[in-house]
Amino acid sequence: MATTSLKKLSDMPELLTGGHAACPGCGGPIIIRQVLLAAQQDGRKVVASISTGCMEVSTTIYPDSAWRVPIFHSAFENSAATISGAEAAYRSLKRQGKYEGEIAFIAFGGDGGTYDIGFQSLSGALERGHNFTYVCYDNEAYMNTGIQRSGATPKGAWTTTAPDGTVEPGKREIKKDLTAIVAAHGVPYCAQASPHRPRDLMRKVQKAVATEGPCFLNILSPCPRGWRHDPDVTIQLCKLAADTCVWPLYEIENGKLSINYKPKEKKPVREWLKSQQRFRHLFAPKNEHLIEEIQAELDAKWGQLLAREAFDNEQEQESE
Amino acid sequence: MAENVALTGNDSAAYALRQINPDVVAAYPITPQTELMHKFAAYVADGEVDTELVRVESEHSAMSATVAASLSGARACTATSANGLALMWEILYIASSTRCPIVMPVVNRALSAPINIHCDHSDTMGARDSGWIQLYSENCQEAYDNAVQAVRIAEHPDVRLPVMVCLDGFILSHTLEGLEVNDDQDVKDFIGTLDRPDSLLNVDDPETFGMFTLQNYYFEFKKQQVDAMEKVPAVIEQVGQEYGELTGRSYGLLDPYRCEDADIILVGLGSTTGTAKQAADDLREEEGLKCGVLKLRTFRPFPAEQVCRVLSGADITGVLDRAVSFGLGGPLFHELRSARYGETAPMIDFIYGLGGRDLSLDNVKDIFRSLAEARDSGQTEPTTRFVGVRE
Amino acid sequence: MSELLKKDEMKPGGIGQGGSMERRYTGSWRTFVPITDFETCIQCLACWIVCPDSAIPVEDGERRETNMHHCKGCGICAVECPVDAITMVREGEEDDE
Ligand code: SF4
Ligand code: SF4
Repeated sequence: MATTSLKKLSDMPELLTGGHAACPGCGGPIIIRQVLLAAQQDGRKVVASISTGCMEVSTTIYPDSAWRVPIFHSAFENSAATISGAEAAYRSLKRQGKYEGEIAFIAFGGDGGTYDIGFQSLSGALERGHNFTYVCYDNEAYMNTGIQRSGATPKGAWTTTAPDGTVEPGKREIKKDLTAIVAAHGVPYCAQASPHRPRDLMRKVQKAVATEGPCFLNILSPCPRGWRHDPDVTIQLCKLAADTCVWPLYEIENGKLSINYKPKEKKPVREWLKSQQRFRHLFAPKNEHLIEEIQAELDAKWGQLLAREAFDNEQEQESE
Repeated sequence: MAENVALTGNDSAAYALRQINPDVVAAYPITPQTELMHKFAAYVADGEVDTELVRVESEHSAMSATVAASLSGARACTATSANGLALMWEILYIASSTRCPIVMPVVNRALSAPINIHCDHSDTMGARDSGWIQLYSENCQEAYDNAVQAVRIAEHPDVRLPVMVCLDGFILSHTLEGLEVNDDQDVKDFIGTLDRPDSLLNVDDPETFGMFTLQNYYFEFKKQQVDAMEKVPAVIEQVGQEYGELTGRSYGLLDPYRCEDADIILVGLGSTTGTAKQAADDLREEEGLKCGVLKLRTFRPFPAEQVCRVLSGADITGVLDRAVSFGLGGPLFHELRSARYGETAPMIDFIYGLGGRDLSLDNVKDIFRSLAEARDSGQTEPTTRFVGVRE
Repeated sequence: MSELLKKDEMKPGGIGQGGSMERRYTGSWRTFVPITDFETCIQCLACWIVCPDSAIPVEDGERRETNMHHCKGCGICAVECPVDAITMVREGEEDDE
């Protein structure tokens, strides 16, 4: 049986080695480690794809690879189409008796490769119903190419292509709600997770790989370089993201939404914005109003999530 | 038993795909390739193949999924045309450089803009540096034969490169032709089974595919591709000969027609060479012009040596280019002229048929005549001529 | 760095052996070194599961000495340890502790 006990998991092989070139304190490898540890249970083996990005360039530098599972990096925008092809090959070969074994197909992508350039490929693969899990490590900008704005960059954040200046306050637009968009595909399982709650994250991975059909995990991935924070607070920032409801932890299973973490006391978004230099300019008097806007938008989103959860619970009770 | 059937070019390629029975096909509709995939989808629906057909949401994903399937040890195919090929562009290079023996019929069509669904070779000519082998088909029979042979060529252990089987949009794809198809079992035996040394599905010995490669290694990988391409001509000839033993139709890199004693040779690709052969016959008979036609079956790798040998006796050579490299001229002409470096016999480029503009028998005869005239007068300018453009 | 491979020693297609990156040394990236006090450590493995560099080996359910070949000194483990068993010390000053 699948377990999230750290003691038991520590007996499993480490599937991402050290020696890779990710920056100190990067959230990406933490996420990949947790995903791979959780996915390899119940005799399943992982076959992965990854989009171009920080994790790909830092973990595969010819001739060295940090991956102890087979993985293919093809291009930036096609991690989902790539896993579709591998999964189709597996189904075909298995059906013809040319292959044996249980495989969990996992496609990895950063936010650029998932929210933006890889969005069509993701949407197509979800709609076709391949049996795979897509894991987005969302560090909220194109970090690999130098911290450019993406559809996942939150409102107000500084990036190199939407910097704050005398007339611009950083990114003006709100972050795309990709998890909701994925859910709208009617996938059997999708969730938001964070590496500061590894057992929740790994339970979600196990659920995803054990579920027949396309599943999606959106995982917050702090980037010390792009977010402008010290490397040692990576996990603390994830916690703060959950406590401010900037990154709510929830899952949608067969259409039913459950929130997995509700802060006892919801912290003000100011604390989140203060924790990273990418938001520093928001505290200038001319931008202060943006903080209020961001707070109001977050409150509305969080309210919607709570309402949806309550609604889904009611529906379930009614049908029982 | 081989059988005589009437098939369009699209149907003949689909028929070959059915006999190849790929493990995976990922495809997206685009005119004029669509009917090829309709036919193949019907084979899938009727259980006539073991193929997983992935109905992707774009050609970019079609090529991406095909590459991943190929790396997973599956025999994988797709098909496309024009803008679809253009959308695959990035992944074409990844297919060849990750050494995927994919077979892809390309139903040649003009690239936009203006949008046009008819035949020219601008799509595949643009992909000539993508590391794919390119075979061009004169008729539906060749489209079928090339598709079957392409599997053997692509998967040959010395090669392991993808192959485009080019056939002219509408002119072949939508034209019914009587052809001979092989017995299913014969094709199965001829192509054998795919044996991929490394596989993405090999979970017991995990390897990383498509690695980030820096200045210290990238160049070596490119040279490996160059080396593999160098081995291709011998493989094409070997496979073409074996195919001949099986079917009575053997193939090589080129198909010279009445070139041995020809003074004027016209070089071309695809369906137009059929018209050119007719023109050569007529002119030999009617006007005593010693005309020949050199059809290139293989454009990549470019069979430079073999072409030069055929052209060595001619007084003048014309080249039929169904594509244009803006700011240069016809791609076939320029490659041919470069291959013939040092030769003094003149050459003239005839760019024709863009966007499906018809090239009639009379047009080709005029081309031969203008070559004769240029030879006699010594006046070869302009060396790039546009056939039938209203100016 | 070992001798570079020659063209024909490389598998065609840019394929690398899984896990081979382990041989790379990233210890030189460190400014601070995590020093673990095993007297204080309660073996909760909270540090192990959040180390980005797979640098905290676990055997028989217990964490061992940090792998200094890979540890980049990010300090996450020290922040996350619930009993403050890990201290970050400037590289080269470990002995002064
Ligand atoms: S300092 Fe960072 S890299 Fe080193 S062991 Fe701790 S968490 Fe891992
Ligand atoms: S987090 Fe602290 S207590 Fe827990 S295992 Fe690591 S060093 Fe020991």
